[in-house]
Amino acid sequence: MKKLFLIGNPNVGKSTVFSRLTGVDVVSSNYPGTTIEIAKGQLIFEGETWDVIDLPGIYSLEAGSKAEEVALSLLRETPKEDMVVLDVIDSTNLERNLYLTFQLLEAQFPVVVCLNMHDDGIHRGITIDEKALEKILGVVCVSTCAITGSGIKRLIAQLKDVRMAFREPLDHQGRWQSIGQAVAFAQTLAHRHHSLREHLEDASVHPFSGAVIAMSVLVLSFWVVRTIGEFLVTRVADPIFFLFYKPFLNKISIILGPETLWHHLLIGDFVGGQIDFKQSLGLLTTAPYIEFAMVLPYIVSFYFVLSLLEDIGFLPRLAMLLDGLLHRLGLHGFSIVPVFLGIGCNVPGILSTRTLESRRERFIAATLISIGVPCVPLQAMIFGVMGQFSGFYVLGVYLVLFAVWLILGLMLNRVMKGYSPELLVEIPSYRIPDLKALIQKLWTRVKGFIVEAMPVVLAGVFVVNAMLYFHWLDVATSFLAPLMNKIFGLPKEAAVALVVGFFRKDVAVGLLLPLGLSIKQFFIATVLLAISFPCIATFVILLRELGLKDFLKSVAIMLATGLIVGALLNVAIVSI
Amino acid sequence: MSLGHERMKKIPLSQIKEAQKVFVSDIDGGSIFVNRMMSLGIYQGREIAVLSRLALRGPTVVKVGRSTFALGRSMAAKILVEIKS
Repeated sequence: MKKLFLIGNPNVGKSTVFSRLTGVDVVSSNYPGTTIEIAKGQLIFEGETWDVIDLPGIYSLEAGSKAEEVALSLLRETPKEDMVVLDVIDSTNLERNLYLTFQLLEAQFPVVVCLNMHDDGIHRGITIDEKALEKILGVVCVSTCAITGSGIKRLIAQLKDVRMAFREPLDHQGRWQSIGQAVAFAQTLAHRHHSLREHLEDASVHPFSGAVIAMSVLVLSFWVVRTIGEFLVTRVADPIFFLFYKPFLNKISIILGPETLWHHLLIGDFVGGQIDFKQSLGLLTTAPYIEFAMVLPYIVSFYFVLSLLEDIGFLPRLAMLLDGLLHRLGLHGFSIVPVFLGIGCNVPGILSTRTLESRRERFIAATLISIGVPCVPLQAMIFGVMGQFSGFYVLGVYLVLFAVWLILGLMLNRVMKGYSPELLVEIPSYRIPDLKALIQKLWTRVKGFIVEAMPVVLAGVFVVNAMLYFHWLDVATSFLAPLMNKIFGLPKEAAVALVVGFFRKDVAVGLLLPLGLSIKQFFIATVLLAISFPCIATFVILLRELGLKDFLKSVAIMLATGLIVGALLNVAIVSI
Repeated sequence: MSLGHERMKKIPLSQIKEAQKVFVSDIDGGSIFVNRMMSLGIYQGREIAVLSRLALRGPTVVKVGRSTFALGRSMAAKILVEIKS
C-alpha cells in the first residue's frame, strides 16, 4: 500500500490538512516508547487506497528532539518508491518553512509542497507565485486553505506523478542563503497596515500587556466553562435524569423490594422517602448521576474551551509568560499544559507529563498536579460543600491550594537533584480554529475521560456501598478518629468521607454534607480531600508513570502536605 | 565572525532588555544546540529583532524573519549578539 506522509513545522495547519484528506476512520496512537502521537487515516485516490500518516511537527530533519527522531525513523521505514511526502508549509512564513523543504529535497524524498493558509497570507499582504516556486524547487506546489477546503482537490490530483527533485546537499548557512534567494524570487510583499489581530499579537508578547491579555482570557475562559457547564447540567442532564430516569428507577425499586441487599447496592438508601441522586449511593442512582450529570457536563465544557485556546494559539503565550515563575518550581513554561489538562481530570494531566524532558521535571509536575490541582469533580465538590455558605470560602479553598502548589514547588525545586530543561517555544500567530478538528479533539478527550473514569466510579460506589452495608468502614474510622479529632478538629465520621474520597472525590461530598459540620470543619475537610489522595484512577496512573520508588516518594509528600496544611488550618482559623 | 562591527561589544541575548534589532555574532553551545538554532534561522550574521524580555528571569522573545520564538533565559544566554547601530 502506498503511503502519504504529512510533514511540516509545528503550527502550520497540518492536522487540518490531514482531516481534509482522510475520512472518519482516523486512528491516533503513540509512537512506541514515546508520547508523540501519530495519526493514521486513509485516502482513496483513483481506486487505490493510500495510508495517510500525520508526522509530528518538526523544524528540521536532524534528530535533535524526540519528535524529529520519530519522524525520521518513520520516513526511513518505508521505501521511497512507495511513498509521497506532503510538505505542508505555512504561507505566511515561507522562509522558515523552506528549511525543512530543502532538507527533504536534498535527501531525495518524493515531495509535493502544500502552501497552506493561503488566505491568511493574502490578509497579511503576502503573495507566493506557485509557478516561480515550482521552478526553483523542482517539485509541484499547490496553494491551499485547509480550513475552508480550498485547493485540497487540486492537491490530491497531484499525487499522480510526483517528481523527485535533485538538489546538491548544502551546509546550513548555504541552505539559508539559497532559501533567501528562493523567497526573494517567489514571494511578493505588499505593504499593509497592522490589522487588529497583528496589534493583539504584538501586545501579547510584551510583559505587561501580555499579562493583562492572559488574565482577561483566563477569567473569561473560566466564566465560559461555568456557563456552558451549568447550562448542560440544568437544561440537559437534570431533565433527563429527573423526568425519564427516575420513574424508571422507581419501578426497579418496587421490583427489588426495599431493605434487600440488591436494593441497597443498585438503588441505595432513600432520602426523605425517595431516591436522592446525590446521596442514595446506588450503582444505578448516584454513580451515573455523578458521572453524567455532575461531572461530564463540566468536562465537556472545560475541554471545549481548552481545545479552543489551544487552536487559537493562546497556550504558547501563557507558557512564555509563566516560564519565569515555573522555573522557580523546577519546571518550565510548557509544563503549564499538563497542569491545565489536570484541571479537567488529573489522569490526562499526569499522562501528559510524559512530554516533559527530564525525570525530575516529570516528578515535580506529576506530584504538584496530584496534590495542588483540583480536577473538575473535585471542584464540583468544593463548590457543593463551600458554596452553600458563600463564594468567599470557595475562593479561600482555591487560594490555599494555590499556596500549597507554589510552596511545594519551590521546596521540591530546592531539594530534588537533576536538571530542568529550558523553554523553547514558537509563538504562533493567532488563528481561527477549525470547528471540525476542534470537535474531533474534544471527542477524543471526552471519550478518554469516560473510558478511564466510568469503571472507577462504578467500582468505587460499589465498594463503598458494600462497606457501609457491612459496617467495614467502622474499623478505619475508629482507627483514624483520634487523628481526625486532635489534629484537624474533625469528627470521626469525616474519616469515612476521606477514605471514600480515595476512590472518588465526588462520592465523598455525599458523605460529608449530612455530617452537619461547622464552616471551619467543612473548610478543613474540603482542603484535606483536595490535597490528600487523588482518586484511585490518578493513583494507578501515578504509579505507572513514576515507578514504585518515586510513587512512594510522591505519596509521602502528599501525606505530609495534607497533615501539615490540615493542622495549620485548624490552628490558624480562629472560628468561622 | 565580526561582520565589520569590530568595535561593537558582544553581549548575551539574555541581557538585552529593550526591544531592538541585533545581529547574531556567536552561538556558544554544543553542535546539537547550534543545529537546533540553525533550523529556526538563528545563526551567525543573522539579524533578529528582540521583542521583549519577560519578568522573573523569564524568556527572551525574538522575531526571526516572520517567526516569533520565546527562548528560555539560559538558552538566550548562549546566543551572543551585537547591537545594530
